[in-house]
Amino acid sequence: MTRQIGRLGVGILVAFVVLFVQLNRIHVFDAAAHAEHPANGRPLVDDFGAPRGEIRTADGTVIARSVELDDGAVDRRREYPLGPLFAHVTGYVSFQAGNEGLERHYDDELRGEANSLGDGLRELLGSDVGTADLQTTLRVDLQTAARDALGDRQGSVVALDPRTGAVQAMWSWPTFDPNTLADIDAAAATSARLTLLGDPDQPLLPRTVREVYFPGSTFKMVTAAAAIETRTADLDTPIFPDATGYTPPLTDRAFGNYGGSTCGGPLRELVRRSCNSGFAQLAVELLGPNPLIEMAEAFGFNEPLPLDYPVVVESAMPTDFGQPLGRDVDVDPRLLDQLGADRIEPVELTDNIPVLAQSSSGQFEVKATPMQMALVAAAIANDGDLPRPHLVDTVVGANGEVIDEADPSPWRTVMSDSTARTLREAMVGVVESGTATRTAVDGYVVGAKTGTAQLGEGIDTTHAWIIAFAGPTVDEAEIAVAVIVEASEVAGEQTGGRVAAPVAQQVLQAWADAQR
Amino acid sequence: MRNPRNRELTLLIAAGAITIGAYALATLGRTATMPADLVPFLGVVLGLLGGAHLVVRRFAPAADPTILPLVALLNGIGYVFIARLAGDISNAGSLPGQQSTWTAVGVVAFTATLVFVRRATMLDTYRWLAAVGGLVLLVMPLLPMIGREVNGARIWVRFGPINFQPGEFAKIALAVFIASYLAEKRDLLAASRSSSRLPEPRHLAPVAAAWGISLVVMVAEKDLGSSLLFFLLVIIMLWVATDRIAYLVGGLGVFALGGWVAAGTFGHVNDRITIWIDPWSDPKGDGFQPVEATFALANGGITGTGPGRGQPYRIPEIETDFIFAAIGEELGLVGSAGVLIAFVAIAASGLRIAIGARDDFGTLLATALSTLLAVQAFVIIGGVIRVVPLTGITLPFVSYGGSSLVANWVLVALLLRISHEGATAPNLPVERERSLPVGATVVDSGDAS
Repeated sequence: MTRQIGRLGVGILVAFVVLFVQLNRIHVFDAAAHAEHPANGRPLVDDFGAPRGEIRTADGTVIARSVELDDGAVDRRREYPLGPLFAHVTGYVSFQAGNEGLERHYDDELRGEANSLGDGLRELLGSDVGTADLQTTLRVDLQTAARDALGDRQGSVVALDPRTGAVQAMWSWPTFDPNTLADIDAAAATSARLTLLGDPDQPLLPRTVREVYFPGSTFKMVTAAAAIETRTADLDTPIFPDATGYTPPLTDRAFGNYGGSTCGGPLRELVRRSCNSGFAQLAVELLGPNPLIEMAEAFGFNEPLPLDYPVVVESAMPTDFGQPLGRDVDVDPRLLDQLGADRIEPVELTDNIPVLAQSSSGQFEVKATPMQMALVAAAIANDGDLPRPHLVDTVVGANGEVIDEADPSPWRTVMSDSTARTLREAMVGVVESGTATRTAVDGYVVGAKTGTAQLGEGIDTTHAWIIAFAGPTVDEAEIAVAVIVEASEVAGEQTGGRVAAPVAQQVLQAWADAQR
Repeated sequence: MRNPRNRELTLLIAAGAITIGAYALATLGRTATMPADLVPFLGVVLGLLGGAHLVVRRFAPAADPTILPLVALLNGIGYVFIARLAGDISNAGSLPGQQSTWTAVGVVAFTATLVFVRRATMLDTYRWLAAVGGLVLLVMPLLPMIGREVNGARIWVRFGPINFQPGEFAKIALAVFIASYLAEKRDLLAASRSSSRLPEPRHLAPVAAAWGISLVVMVAEKDLGSSLLFFLLVIIMLWVATDRIAYLVGGLGVFALGGWVAAGTFGHVNDRITIWIDPWSDPKGDGFQPVEATFALANGGITGTGPGRGQPYRIPEIETDFIFAAIGEELGLVGSAGVLIAFVAIAASGLRIAIGARDDFGTLLATALSTLLAVQAFVIIGGVIRVVPLTGITLPFVSYGGSSLVANWVLVALLLRISHEGATAPNLPVERERSLPVGATVVDSGDAS
């Protein structure tokens, strides 16, 4: 039997060699392919606990960091020391749902380049090789002021430096505590996430950049910019007739003034009193669709903003005003008398021109994010140059070296210096004696434009808006803000001047207090 | 000549050191602190290993010195992983305590076996008791009242508070019976080597019985692993005893036929084969275990994540059927290949013991016991890494489970008993001479003498 037993031994050896070959295939040769298999959850867990850089505010306060854990399957947990305050800025690291906010946009930088070397080598080199920190432009004082000013009303506040595009406050209410979503207890994190997803008020939504609203009368600054830049009007001529509303051609329904009031006068007055009828007449009879579309797109409408944040929603300006009808829009004889026929560029009548009346005041199909409207104020404040909005000033490597920094050059030039200066003058008038008197800040020049956006025919509730800038002089604006307080059943009809202006004022006041 | 017991002691100390080191590392890996119970753990490990060693020194002093250290290493690594997994899987807090208790019981059973089975031939006397006992143990789970079904397989028996898998003990009883039966009948079964005449049907009856039993186990208890194990044992033993390759080829053919019919008839067999062929089509469902096991090994790479640093807790049944995947993930190819080598080395020692045994019964029993360990390890490891279809069966000495541990400690005690007898035999028995083919070398068992 010895021979058979010897053969049996060889047989067993061969069988185990087969196992050994298969082990080599799995452990070594196919390991990389298995690691990338979509069903493989292991890399997620490793990533979740991997070293990750800090996120800091402009003044050095840490708003996101990774804390090493002694116990359990995960090496580190992500912590957000200020809880909900910067939730929509930092976003979160979530095992189930993936990352959001800056955690998502700057994921590669935060994780560090060493990741590309593979886990083994990273461990050999030490745990925090390559992770980078984010030095953001946000300010705790302004973010806190925005939070306190808005209170428990749904809406958002954006504040930025018009000279550089550095976003200093980006607040959206309601919000959430990112710590609950980054919980290493998967069940607790899932439960927190489901609760937030099920909330009809959408606390996970960063309204500043992912929600669009009718901008209402704040959009009149875009219309005014188009009119001044094309020399169609200036602040003092022509004088628009007093009216309670404007009836566009091809229709017999008037686009009315707010609250049925009567208004008119030169552009300066139209801006100061937020006069719908005058702007509608300006847009339809003197300006026409194309200059308005061009100006809106110059401000950033109809394209993604170059913000360092994931999924920034585009603001929308309609570009189709219908088929030409073969004749021009009739100009009001009272305007014709002032300007003379040779100074007026005829507007071609198209079958959809009536909606231009509403578009000029930010209604109908015009939609904008609060970030976009803050940029409108910023370009006006910054002599017509639109800054590149950004949340992160510098990406700082492990040894303190700057890996990347924000581009301080303007994104683009929207309008001339003189147009911007003219618009600032008009907006300062709105704060001095117009709809935005509640925005004034002692010791600083403030310009603003309010908006009260109706949600549709027969709906009483309104969004309250304001865009504003402030600085030591009218030509040295150092901060631009946009505020929206969303329409709600409780608030009913709320105007920008009464509701949104005080919110902007508190943020500007906090900024002014910090200047001293 | 060096005393084999001193070599065994040296190897045991190495096995103990590896176990204790792995235990400390696994705790460090999971919690970044040294285990609080390291000193008691040290005491238990040294006590068990030292005790087993003294028993062998007293009752089987000439036995092979490598098997006990290898078994101690596998048992130790298995315990370390069960203790390490208990912290990461739910409702597992009592597993390490139970496993250490069963290890102690296993060492006691090992001792008792060496003490009471003074000569292997004692077992030869109880051939039919072993046969009947083995059959009873096999069918016990099918009995009402005491039989229990867990995870689809009806392989458990409950007596009061104690649950056990009688199949683990049945395999030893059947090995004793087969060895005893073949030692007597192998010439009849071999018939004339030059003729193609089949042996008389009545001599084949036990073989047919084994085939029938394995089918019963497969169909009624849904225990594919044990079914495969029993059948392979029978046909391998027939071939070893008779040198008629037809038993091997025919047996495998019959088993394949049975498996093919079963796959077409029984859903659970078909499922296993479908998953084996393509687990990737349903990685979150039916293929979950093998796919996750593959990911675990891939994650481990060559050197592993380190004990306590991987994610083996993702795999259901990780502490029993899939414990090899946990070892592969955290110790890498180095660790998983180490386990393979340990089993090959145990099987090699076992077969060497078989060749050096005092008589045919000893030779056949040692062959059967070694084959059981090797085939069982192959079937479950091969199942985990998809070389063969997955069948739920324990990895000897490593998996969690009292029945398996105790039975395998008894198995090893029997191997050492045969080894000791072979090494102390005054001269080669006459019966063995007869079985040697012309020109074959008589392998000297001097290694252990």
